[in-house]
Amino acid sequence: MKVGLFIPCYIDQFYPQVGIATLSLLEKLGCEVVYPQGQTCCGQPMANSGFEHLTSGCNTLFVDHFQDFDYIVGPSGSCVLHIKDHLHVHGREDKATHIRQRIYELSEFLTDVLKVEHLQARFPHRVGIHQSCHGQRGLGISQMSELVAAPFSKPQQLLKMVEGLELVELKRTDECCGFGGTFCVFEEAVSVKMGKDRIADHVNNGAEYITGNDVSCLMHLEGILKRQQSNVKVLHIAEILNASIN
Amino acid sequence: MEHKHQEHAALADTFNANEPRVNWHDETLWWVRQKRDRMAWSLPEWEELREAASRIKHNVLGNLHDYLLEFEKNAVANGAVVHWAADAAEHNKIVLQLLQEQGVKRMVKSKSMLTEECHLNPYLAEHGIEVVDTDLGERIVQLAKEPPSHIVLPCIHKKKEEIGELFHEHLGTPAGNADPKFLTAAARQHLRKEFIQSRVAITGVNFAVAETGEMVVCTNEGNADMGAHLADVHIACMGLEKIIPQRKHLGVFLRLLARSATGQPITTYSSHFRKPKAGQQLHIVLVDNGRSRQLGREDFRNSLKCIRCGACMNTCPVYRRSGGHSYHNAIAGPIGSILAPNLDMKEYADLPFASTLCGSCSNVCPVKIDIHQQLYKWRQVITKEGYTGKTKAAGMHAMNIVLSKPGLYKTAGGVGRWVMRTFPAVVNNGMNPWYKQREMPAPPKDSFADWYKKNRK
Ligand code: SF4
Repeated sequence: MKVGLFIPCYIDQFYPQVGIATLSLLEKLGCEVVYPQGQTCCGQPMANSGFEHLTSGCNTLFVDHFQDFDYIVGPSGSCVLHIKDHLHVHGREDKATHIRQRIYELSEFLTDVLKVEHLQARFPHRVGIHQSCHGQRGLGISQMSELVAAPFSKPQQLLKMVEGLELVELKRTDECCGFGGTFCVFEEAVSVKMGKDRIADHVNNGAEYITGNDVSCLMHLEGILKRQQSNVKVLHIAEILNASIN
Repeated sequence: MEHKHQEHAALADTFNANEPRVNWHDETLWWVRQKRDRMAWSLPEWEELREAASRIKHNVLGNLHDYLLEFEKNAVANGAVVHWAADAAEHNKIVLQLLQEQGVKRMVKSKSMLTEECHLNPYLAEHGIEVVDTDLGERIVQLAKEPPSHIVLPCIHKKKEEIGELFHEHLGTPAGNADPKFLTAAARQHLRKEFIQSRVAITGVNFAVAETGEMVVCTNEGNADMGAHLADVHIACMGLEKIIPQRKHLGVFLRLLARSATGQPITTYSSHFRKPKAGQQLHIVLVDNGRSRQLGREDFRNSLKCIRCGACMNTCPVYRRSGGHSYHNAIAGPIGSILAPNLDMKEYADLPFASTLCGSCSNVCPVKIDIHQQLYKWRQVITKEGYTGKTKAAGMHAMNIVLSKPGLYKTAGGVGRWVMRTFPAVVNNGMNPWYKQREMPAPPKDSFADWYKKNRK
């Protein structure tokens, strides 16, 4: 099984440790992983801002780099969702379709494709999960509080395999953190207020760490936590699932 | 009506200056959302009901023409007079004319967001006719000279103390009394007089049944009943999309509406109006006002399924923290943001961007409108029409150039991180809205691509 590793631009630039954890985790679990050099971005920042018509460069690059893999895996729900919903390249639609059908967010790849049941990981801390909306409501990574349906959560399923980790309960299980792409700067006041409220829910319930499947949301929450000089830290789920057993 | 409005972001910024108030607004609406959740979970068939409602409306939208004519035929046979209004101006003119025929200077109104959309009250005021809104929430915002901030809870932005003050000033209640029970009783006394004296009553319409030509109005205070039964003339104003095919479909919608709106199993009064009683006139004004245009926009036609329950507002994390008035439109929140650009794309170009696209609205919507997807699509339309700010457009073009060329992206990323590490003040300054209340991420020396090259290849 050949896995193409998709590392979104902001992870590449600002959170390389998340890419490293993702790669190392997939390798530990027996995948043959290749990171195609020269990939840049999925195009989402432009598309969500109303400039989908400017994404053809990104789309072409994406198809160039990922058309030959059995699976494409990325540690970001929102970038994966963007590709799933919007990747089209004129004249190469079969390749684009292959990618759209074969791209997975990391945690769903672990639960649904690799069907992981055990992990060699230890993280003895109290952890809150921030359910990023695009992963949750877009990709269906976990049950959504608005729907009358049976509960499930892929990230939670994985985190429960981590030794010593204690999950904290939240008052609002899946409220948006307010990142929202360019929303975070164009609607600064509301964005920050949403982030502060999201953090308060975790902190009030005793979280030492906030984790999630989307570095963009975590970057926003981390920015607020640092400004508040809080001791609470954020970690991408890959970093926890890959945490050393010792 | 000439005014230069502020955009959502600026209005939301002002709203957020008072954080305790934002907390209160957020908690109040979240409480309603939770009531809605409990009610939804009390019906195991909830998701099937939503699906059924969505499909019934789908059928209505596909055959609107026929259903409207069927409704008109039956309504006329029942003794109602049916008027057609192409837009807000025509609607207002029709209503004015009916009022002038009666020679009234004052009349009562209940439950109509449509007349808000058409700005009926100020129009009638210009012609010397005063409208008294009779639903408690509407009356409160009317006394405060404000528009409603929510379609179901029009004065949800007001605290009870503020309402006490308003009543003290306008209705003569004792100063400092903010007991909701007492204030409600006072409002009832005051409105009773209006009901008894009013010869004309306007109501909205929640559902109009094509098969029977009847209309249903849902209220919790019974004011639509009171107004319509006491007056000589009942004018019911409705948007074209309020039609449902058959009476039996009411069961689906009435079960969904109240649960989604306020978490009640059913609204206190579901009043059916079919025939005018002896000596009374019943007028129905069917209003298009952009609806047929929206019907013709394939990506947005689903928005006409809306039954105005307000659930999308209560669940919207942005609405809860920016307040209804920040949407500067009669209908606020997620649904307002997809309806408004159809009315005036330039005026409301900001609204589809006032969302994180979290998708919670689409999930609560009882008729399954793909609200957040329509917001995304409006963004594309608005940008193509040239209504996005120049700075944003320039930024996006630059981004496109960098991201389309791997070499340039690598250099730019490297340079960017180096600048951030070396001269943090370049990005950590007041011009950067990210930095105002958040720290920037610490830029690493190597990107992931750099690391990979060194360690894997
Ligand atoms: S869009 Fe849906 S949730 Fe929002 S008011 Fe209309 S029916 Fe209710």
